[in-house]
Amino acid sequence: MRKMLAAVSRVLGVAQKPASRVLVASRNFANDATFEIKKCDLHRLEEGPPVTTVLTREDGLKYYRMMQTVRRMELKADQLYKQKIIRGFCHLCDGQEACCVGLEAGINPTDHLITAYRAHGFTFTRGLSVREILAELTGRRGGCAKGKGGSMHMYAKNFYGGNGIVGAQVPLGAGIALACKYNGKDEVCLTLYGDGAANQGQIFEAYNMAALWKLPCIFICENNRYGMGTSVERAAASTDYYKRGDFIPGLRVDGMDVLCVREATRFAAAYCRSGKGPILMELQ
Amino acid sequence: MAAVSGLMRRPLEQVSGLLRRRFHRTTPAALQVTVRDAINQGMDEELERDEKVFLLGEEVAQYDGAYKVSRGLWKKYGDKRIIDTPISEMGFAGIAVGAAMAGLRPICEFMTFNFSMQAIDQVINSAAKTYYMSGGLQPVPIVFRGPNGASAGVAAQHSQCFAAWYGHCPGLKVVSPWNSEDAKGLIKSAIRDNNPVVVLENELMYGVPFELPSEAQSKDFLIPIGKAKIERQGTHITVVAHSRPVGHCLEAATVLSKEGIECEVINMRTIRPMDIETIEASVMKTNHLVTVEGGWPQFGVGAEVCARIMEGPAFNFLDAPAVRVTGADVPMPYAKILEDNSIPQVKDIIFAIKKTLNI
Repeated sequence: MRKMLAAVSRVLGVAQKPASRVLVASRNFANDATFEIKKCDLHRLEEGPPVTTVLTREDGLKYYRMMQTVRRMELKADQLYKQKIIRGFCHLCDGQEACCVGLEAGINPTDHLITAYRAHGFTFTRGLSVREILAELTGRRGGCAKGKGGSMHMYAKNFYGGNGIVGAQVPLGAGIALACKYNGKDEVCLTLYGDGAANQGQIFEAYNMAALWKLPCIFICENNRYGMGTSVERAAASTDYYKRGDFIPGLRVDGMDVLCVREATRFAAAYCRSGKGPILMELQ
Repeated sequence: MAAVSGLMRRPLEQVSGLLRRRFHRTTPAALQVTVRDAINQGMDEELERDEKVFLLGEEVAQYDGAYKVSRGLWKKYGDKRIIDTPISEMGFAGIAVGAAMAGLRPICEFMTFNFSMQAIDQVINSAAKTYYMSGGLQPVPIVFRGPNGASAGVAAQHSQCFAAWYGHCPGLKVVSPWNSEDAKGLIKSAIRDNNPVVVLENELMYGVPFELPSEAQSKDFLIPIGKAKIERQGTHITVVAHSRPVGHCLEAATVLSKEGIECEVINMRTIRPMDIETIEASVMKTNHLVTVEGGWPQFGVGAEVCARIMEGPAFNFLDAPAVRVTGADVPMPYAKILEDNSIPQVKDIIFAIKKTLNI
């Protein structure tokens, strides 16, 4: 995150010239920059995503703004939760912003996304406003689900929540991928789950059917190393979540680097769109 | 008992005779159609009508259906629309729900509803509750269908009735057809409905032929979900049932008619939303009520009917407490004599009716 901000400010810093010199200056600075990103660990794949990527000024500003907004929104939600203005459950993704922003950057708005209950960031990146999200969290009629859903049940176009039952969203995501294949429009479905959910049996049932029927499903494990209070070493016999798909190729991605996530997502989406079947990404 | 000797299997000629009939489009007179063929026709017509409808489940495609209900469909529609799944109920039910969320109209078959317990989280939490939780944004137009309740000699783990369990949940519609007309009309309505619908069929009824009236032979024949049917008019007592027991009630009514007792037999057709108005109107006429179901007594369908009658205007018209005839409160035993006595028989229904009428 810090490296990212430093890089962006380097690009932007050059642009802070007085207005009279801006036109002249436009010949003197670049509109984009090249970054080196971490190589991904691969499972059953010959090649992975590229190790360098180009970030344009426009994209840089966009990602920064989105990540900052998600951060501020989550921190505010935290505060409201502690004041008991938000009731029930409130699962926050501050610290994981690079995941939701990076994933969105790697796909099209016509692609589909489903996740579990740590969903506020995705709700925002998939197109809902902060106002609708906070209104829903505080149980107001102006909320995206009219106050009837709450933290865990927010929906938007091509965004299927927001699911409360750990692991249940994975077969749902495979089903959305089946609809993508059925409709033949070259769309993919990003199906997210956490390191805790990765041990659910229904996920392996979904892996089996997705691979059997070559569904355009990108299974994504967001590994923040803790399932509630239980660390991954205490919950999983194998913590190489990107390999847990067995016959499904996988890659482990640096989830703290928005550009790494973006490139890996583009790679995975291209893989699925070519009809090769599902693929698995672990964001660490 | 002859009308309900449930295990008559019609030969192939019956089916091909049927196909010949449809193909030539002769004026349909009343036609003998088994419940199995009625469901098959209903699904076939809906698959043809709407590209988005598809069927998935274990053995539904190449095996023609575990109980042959989907016979011929894979051959006609192919791999894309009729999908064989591995034995992964939770997985494929979730996949079906996801496909419904993304705009398709899946029919998800459970080989029996006993196996739906493996997937019940997807049926309730992912399908039933979603439209409400999303504030009306995300409909789930899915049908879950399959045989429900007791069969013959399949013992405890394969004989449970789920009418009460699914009927409990807001967000679901639950239907329970008895005869061929019910089966065809209700499966078509279920597929066209934008809500999740659970269709509780009955394995012992699959092979039973019924006369399909001419209007039921039309491709747009629908039975509205939420409406009961009075199968037999009567004046002395109201007998309410769903699924296979409806046939037993009609038999009991025939026997009692010879003794001068006229029973009004109501076929519920829909468990949820329950058509209590039809039952109330009948009770207000006859002043007596007996409910009949195959499921266990505690928290069952009959219990709900009785509670609602008490809460409504019909209570003041009752001359005796309502009586429930239900399956025995035990896991279904295997031995035939025990199994026969664990489900409502015609003699149990007659006994309950006479007890209510104080005869």
